[in-house]
Amino acid sequence: MYSSIVLEHFKNPHNQGVILDADAVGQVGNPVCGDIMKLYLKFSEADKDKSLEERVIEDIKFETLGCGAAIASTSMLTDLAKGKTVAEALKITKQNVADALGGLPAVKIHCSILATEALEKAVKNYSASLERPSPAV
Amino acid sequence: MQNIYFDNAATTPVNKNVLEVMLPYFCEIYGNASSLHSFGQEALKAVDEARAKVANFLGCETNEIIFTSGATEADNLAIMGVVFANNYLEKKIHIITTEFEHPAVLETCKYLEKQGVEVSYVKPGSDGVIKVEDIEKEIKDNTILISVMYVNNEIGTIQPIKEIGQLVKKINSERITRDPSTSSSLRSDSARDDTLRQIYFHTDAVQAALYCEMNVENLGVDLMAISGHKIYGPKGIGVLYIKKGTRLQKIQHGGHHEFNKRAGTLNTPLMVGMGKAVELIQTRDLNKIKFLRDYLWQELQKNIVDVSLNGSWEDRTPTNLNVSVQGVEGEALLLGLDMAGIAISTGSACSSGSLEPSHVLMSIGLSHEAAHGSLRITLGEENTKEEIDYFVQQLKQLAEKFRQMAPK
Ligand code: FES
Repeated sequence: MYSSIVLEHFKNPHNQGVILDADAVGQVGNPVCGDIMKLYLKFSEADKDKSLEERVIEDIKFETLGCGAAIASTSMLTDLAKGKTVAEALKITKQNVADALGGLPAVKIHCSILATEALEKAVKNYSASLERPSPAV
Repeated sequence: MQNIYFDNAATTPVNKNVLEVMLPYFCEIYGNASSLHSFGQEALKAVDEARAKVANFLGCETNEIIFTSGATEADNLAIMGVVFANNYLEKKIHIITTEFEHPAVLETCKYLEKQGVEVSYVKPGSDGVIKVEDIEKEIKDNTILISVMYVNNEIGTIQPIKEIGQLVKKINSERITRDPSTSSSLRSDSARDDTLRQIYFHTDAVQAALYCEMNVENLGVDLMAISGHKIYGPKGIGVLYIKKGTRLQKIQHGGHHEFNKRAGTLNTPLMVGMGKAVELIQTRDLNKIKFLRDYLWQELQKNIVDVSLNGSWEDRTPTNLNVSVQGVEGEALLLGLDMAGIAISTGSACSSGSLEPSHVLMSIGLSHEAAHGSLRITLGEENTKEEIDYFVQQLKQLAEKFRQMAPK
């Protein structure tokens, strides 16, 4: 049912864990099956004067509660996004994730959507915090 | 690499003795059991013997045994057969089943519902057991069929079939003695005539056959379905017991096979295999399986925090353990265990094509989260204590790994 790449990422996920001093954090949940995904982003210090879009994602980590495809999708997304600028990373589609995994069963495509949504959410949360330098409680 | 099979409710291996008795009926004794020549008669003799074994197992007459392609067909034949024999298009008829039936029954009832048949779906208790009163409450003048599974396939809970059988008998005798003119029903006279006909009682006994009382007389059932591949027999064969006198219309048309109730050339080797499989049930050691299952549950509780049992502990077949591991997802556990060489199953939404959690676990009131982390372990006679130890150790590691991986 799963490709060997999916199984490999499931078994030994890449970038799994937490970034304690993350710049951006995004969590999304899947109301359909109860899956939860959380991404932590750390931007490069070197380009801190650039616009958000131009900043490079220096480190990225994930936490996931979900099926094999969900774990493999977030693992793959972190691989694809790491070292990219925010603008580039936001262009990663569910299809890119699925393709990089050697394909996903049709019923599991929503798990890869969740991964890209978690990234969007993290960036959105971060830019919202930039607009409000002293965040409201 | 280990090779541990803990999914015996999904299917069982074919017993070697069963396979052995089947083999001659492929290439050597291949005649059509309906043929009059000696090739056919030799096959028919084997079919008759197999039928006699099944009849003996269920405590009924041989002409009450219909071989089918499996329990799904047997359930379809039982339910649709009774409904079709009751002029269902003209009259409003009512059937009662439960929320947590196997799809073979549930989907058949839903199909009939679309055709205008009224269906009541009784909810089990949180222990996974149907209450007889809850069935009784649903019975109406136009009820013609009650279908309740004997043992639930996911949580292994045993249903009070005997008690429901007694209830049906009581209602039926009241119907016979009741004067139609005093009936409170407002239906027309002609309709009343028919609706006062008896209620039939069907049970899908697929998961019960290895472990429970199967005498149809004692149970008081009119229709009972069993399957070959859950009892160490072959896939592709099932049996429907149809009590003599049951008004049932066939749903598969063709020749006059199986007492004119199920058309299709007799599948001699599979029937022979089924006969042998039921014969072997009497020789099985249930205590060993029960000992292993009890040990497994004890070890799980000892080694893994936040595991809970789904369904009654007492009213459960000795093969089944269904638990929820909090804070993990079942399909991931299944996959991880599979990589460790262990086969189990889960009721998690993620593992179902529909992305719905198990309807059985929902029917007993589990939360979505608990269903998400559900595991079904169903033991067989080949399993050992060492396998249980290895499984518990693997599950413990995986549960820790996935819990650590989950957002806090
Ligand atoms: S997380 Fe539920 S299907 Fe992937």
